[in-house]
Parts: sequence; C-alpha cells; structure tokens
Amino acid sequence: MAKPRIATTSLAGCFGCHMSILDLDERILELAEIVDFDRSPIDDLKHISQRCDVGLIEGGCCNEENVHVLREFRRNCDVLVSLGDCATMGGIPALRNTVSLDACLREAYIDGPTVHNPLRRIPDDAEIPLLLEKVYSAHEVVRIDYHLPGCPPPPEAIWRAIHAILTKAPLTLGHGLLKYD
Amino acid sequence: MGEQAGDRRIVIEPVTRVEGHGKVTILLDEQGRVRQARLHVVEFRGFERFIQGRPYWEMPVAVQRLCGICPVSHHLCAAKAVDHIVGADRLTPTADKVRRLMHHGQFFQSHALHFFYLAAPDLLFGFGSDVLARNVIGVARAHPELAKRGILMRKWGQEIIRVTSGKRIHGTGAIPGGVNKNVSLAERDEALRDLPQMIEWAQAAVGLAKDYTLSHLDELADFGSFESSHLSIVRSDGALDLYDGNLRAIDADGRTIFDGVAPARYADVLAEDVKPWSYMKFPFIRDLGPDDGWYRVGPLSRMNTCAFIDTPLAEAARREFRAITGPRPCHVTMAYHWARMIETLHAAEKIGELLHDSDLQGSDLVVRGERRSEGVGIVEAPRGTLFHHYRVDDDDLVTMCNLIVSTTSNNVPMNRAVESVARKYLSGREITEGLLNHVEVAIRAYDPCLSCATHAMGQMPLEVDLLDADGRLVDRRVRDGS
Ligand code: SF4
Repeated sequence: MAKPRIATTSLAGCFGCHMSILDLDERILELAEIVDFDRSPIDDLKHISQRCDVGLIEGGCCNEENVHVLREFRRNCDVLVSLGDCATMGGIPALRNTVSLDACLREAYIDGPTVHNPLRRIPDDAEIPLLLEKVYSAHEVVRIDYHLPGCPPPPEAIWRAIHAILTKAPLTLGHGLLKYD
Repeated sequence: MGEQAGDRRIVIEPVTRVEGHGKVTILLDEQGRVRQARLHVVEFRGFERFIQGRPYWEMPVAVQRLCGICPVSHHLCAAKAVDHIVGADRLTPTADKVRRLMHHGQFFQSHALHFFYLAAPDLLFGFGSDVLARNVIGVARAHPELAKRGILMRKWGQEIIRVTSGKRIHGTGAIPGGVNKNVSLAERDEALRDLPQMIEWAQAAVGLAKDYTLSHLDELADFGSFESSHLSIVRSDGALDLYDGNLRAIDADGRTIFDGVAPARYADVLAEDVKPWSYMKFPFIRDLGPDDGWYRVGPLSRMNTCAFIDTPLAEAARREFRAITGPRPCHVTMAYHWARMIETLHAAEKIGELLHDSDLQGSDLVVRGERRSEGVGIVEAPRGTLFHHYRVDDDDLVTMCNLIVSTTSNNVPMNRAVESVARKYLSGREITEGLLNHVEVAIRAYDPCLSCATHAMGQMPLEVDLLDADGRLVDRRVRDGS
C-alpha cells in the first residue's frame, strides 16, 4: 500500500514552525519511513505532484504568491492544517495590519536612517510579487480543517497531530502542548 | 542594462524554496550569452514600521519572529540594543555568559543545519546529481551515519538554546539588562555529557569541508568567486568574537578600510541602496559609495577579518584555512562551507569553556543604569553581521527601528555569484536542471537566511520558463523529481 503523503509549505511565517518539525530530531527519519514527503522545504518538489493526505501550512498570506500557493494546497490536500500562530491568526506579521502598507514601505525604503535612495523609489519591479494590503490568516483565504496553535507548536504536538490525522483517531493535547507562544 | 529586443528571459522560480520567496532571472542575448542575471528577493514584512508604538521590552521576543532558523541572533541583538536603553552598559558575569552560551548553541545548530541538511547533498552527490536523492532524506539513505550525526549535532545546539532561553525556538532568556534565568548544574551536566562527542564530530566536519575544498580547489576557485571587501565585528584584540566587538572592514588585499568602529556609529560607516527589482536592500560602505562599497559578511569574511581565534582547535583550523591564500584574504565563495565548519568547532569549544564556568550558576542576573532614548545592538549571526537600532520615547514605546539583517549585506555578493555562475555554465548551452542547480549552489554557499526578508531553506525547487522576447513560452523545465 502506498504510504500517506504529506506536503508542507511556509508562507508569511518565519520558518520556525518548520524548524519545530525538524526538532523531532531522530524521529524525522522515523516519520520519513511512514510517510512520503511531497512538496516540502526538505525536498525538491516545486508543485504538489499528486493527491496528498495532509498539507501543513506555516504562515498566513501577505502577498499574492502566498495566496496562490495556499490555494494549490487546498486543491490537492485532503486535510489541511494551519501549523502555528501565523497560519492560525496571522501572528507577528499581521501586526502590519495596524498601519498602512504604504507606511511600511516608506519606512523601509525611504525614511530609515541608513537608506540611500535619492530617487525615493520603492521596489516595484514586475519580477517581485504584489503585496497584499493586509496580512491574512490561512482560514481567511481557504477552508482549513485543523488548527495547531503555538509559536511554534512543540514537535511532540506536531508528531501527535500527524498520527491522529493519519489514524483518524481523536487528539487531546494537554497542558504544555496546547499553547500560544 | 535591462531587457533588450531579442533577449531570452529565463526565470528560476522559486530559487530559495517552494514558496518563491526568491527567484533568479537570467537574460540571454540572441547568441545565447548571459547578458544579465539577478537574484530577486520577493518577500517584504514591514517590521521597521509596524513595531513602532510597541514597548521596547517586547523587542527581544517580538523581533525574533522574523526568523525561526536563527531566532537567537535577533533575540540577542535586540536585547543588546535594549541594554543601552536601560543603561546596562556592562552585564553581570552570569548574564553575559548565559547569553554567550545561548549564542554559541545557536551557531552550532544553525551551521550544522546548513552543512548537513542543506549543503551536504550538493557536496556529496555533485552539483548536477540526481534530483531525487539531492535532499536530506537522500543523504540519510546513502550516508546514514553522517545524516544521524548532523541531526544529533543540531539537536545538541538546540538543547543549549533551550536551557538558556526556555525554548528551542523563540525563547525568552534575554531581557533588558540581563537574563531571566541561569543554568542549573543538572542542565550543565546534561550538555557536558555530549561535549567530547560534539567536538570530535565538529573536527571531522572541518576535515570533510577542508578535503572537499582542497580536492576541488581548481574548479571552486573559479566558481562564483570574486574579490571583495569583508566586514565583521572583532574583539578589541582582533580575535574572532561572535557576540560582541567593534566593526572592522578590510578590502580585497586585506588592507583596513575602517576598524574599531563602535556599534553606535554603524550608520556613519554603512548605508543601504535600494533597487526596484528586489525587496532586499543593498548595503555598502558609505565612504566608498554604492557602486564600490559593497562587501561580504559571514563565516568566510570572519576568517578574513579576525587576527586569530581564541580556542585552540579552531585556531589551528583557521591557520590551515588562511595558509591557502597566504597573506591575502580568501575570496573563494565555496570556501564559506569550510569557514562555517571552523566556526562550528569554535562554537563547540566555546560552549565547553562556558559550561565549565561557575558564573553560569550565579544568581545576579540583571543590571540597570541611566535610561537612554536610543540603542544599537550588533552581533555576528551565523550568516553575518546583524544590526538592530531602536529609538524610544518617554513612554517606553519604540519610535524608530532599523534592522540590517545579515543576509542583506550579502545581497550584492550573491548577485555577483549568480551572474558569474550563470555566465560560466549557462552561456551558449542547452539549459538543464543540473546546470541550473549550479546557480543555486552558489547562492547556497552564503547560507542565505532569506527568512528575515524572505525564506530560504532546503533544496531549492526550480521551475524555468524560457520565454521569447514577446513573452511567449518557448520551453519549460520543471525540476520536481517526479
Ligand atoms: S507561528 Fe511562530 S514559529 Fe511559526 S512561523 Fe509564525 S512566528 Fe514563526
């Protein structure tokens, strides 16, 4: 029987949630025995190559590219999990929603104390993606089946969540594993 | 330059990883020669602005969410800046040493991650090797012992971070003016147990990286390499110091551009250029101007700028490293890997030194002094010199934040490396997946943590579209391993 497939992606996150997956340490090899990784930072797949059982989403959406990738995941994964606070509720990147995008760009490229920008030009080349006015959590963009909070969620919580989904068993995360920091 | 009629445009996207946080575009002229190659960083956060109005004491925990790969660097850099604001000019020995321990744990895990998880597949299997095996699972299948070693080295570094900050990722150990915990004897003993093994493995990794570099030197000397200036902080006696020091910059011949520049004066000597085609800025040395003032940072630069390393094994390794270029700095881009492993060994030795220091168990954790309205923190992060600068108002709220993230300083160098490798390997040839990986190998040498401006991690998946001058799709190659 084919092994279950898992795809993972980092959108507007810091990569800490993926680091928490790697914090499974030796168990990452165990995980690689029982599942196949599809599109993920730890391999070379650019697009999801076939139907996946589980998709893990790190980070919300701050640009058009993020939205595009998230939709690809929804189309191709049976179960989609928001992994961590950024995917779940925007996280620190969503602090940007308290000010205008324009103000953020001006500060970074015009007003900062080390900026040298005589033409006062803000990066706008066609080669770089459009930024969204606001940062969105993943479930504001597509349907999300499960939310696993934490910044990042502890490796043990990720391990148990994956097992629970694959075995269709209920999951109770007790004190220390269900958290928001 | 820019696109001209008749050009072919090749897009490598995403360069850095699946989400496309960075990409390369290459313009070929009618003869198929590379006219221009660029690395675009495509992510923007806006941290400098949206953090305004937050209390300064949030900075060490908030700003590390820029990067989950090296959060400790941001955590400590912000803490150092905030130390100035609370007037803590000299921390207690316990606070200083706990922070240094955390920092070296970070170096150890981050360098191990890069070498064993990210770079090893290219170095072990070859730049143009089978796309399916070119990842950490492939390494684990072909070289199980080596992969296991990499995993356990990273784990040890992460555990050191945990005992000094409470968590492996995004801990809270450093606070304004000090730290919030010391290291218990039990925690110390736990880390000490694996120390000899870690030093031995780090030495073996230095050997691996050295042998690799020397046995491929002819090829590598020309691979994305170029002469450049180098910058880092160094200790007052010129020693490598990853946690604290003053700025030193040297030119391609090793002559001093500036030295002994205190962190608070960083904006006098550095500025950042803005280009429309990347969200990542382009730092340069002010006196030399935006065209000539660019420089490199990170392990290679630190080997070049420091006078010596104050731990014996790493110092012996540094001498061997420097011997290949004589009195001149080393400019070989791929030698970053070797330099990185020397630092890994240094980090292990430093961790050993610190763990044997009873100050770690001290209880005097925080100092305060005269409150100021401004603070600058600089550390050497695994990927290079990192700058945090804050101003605060009377209500303790941040009014200005400026960050120069390590990888940003390598923006021009990475672009140069991309251009040079593209010219050498792509000009006039049929473009294959293996050839394109060469471009990524050159970027990877810098261990770009685009997480801080974008995200970089893992094997870089590729999609290349060949478009004609009218933008019609001529050819498409997708490297997806399927
Ligand atoms: S939830 Fe935390 S660890 Fe995960 S991406 Fe967001 S900031 Fe990083």
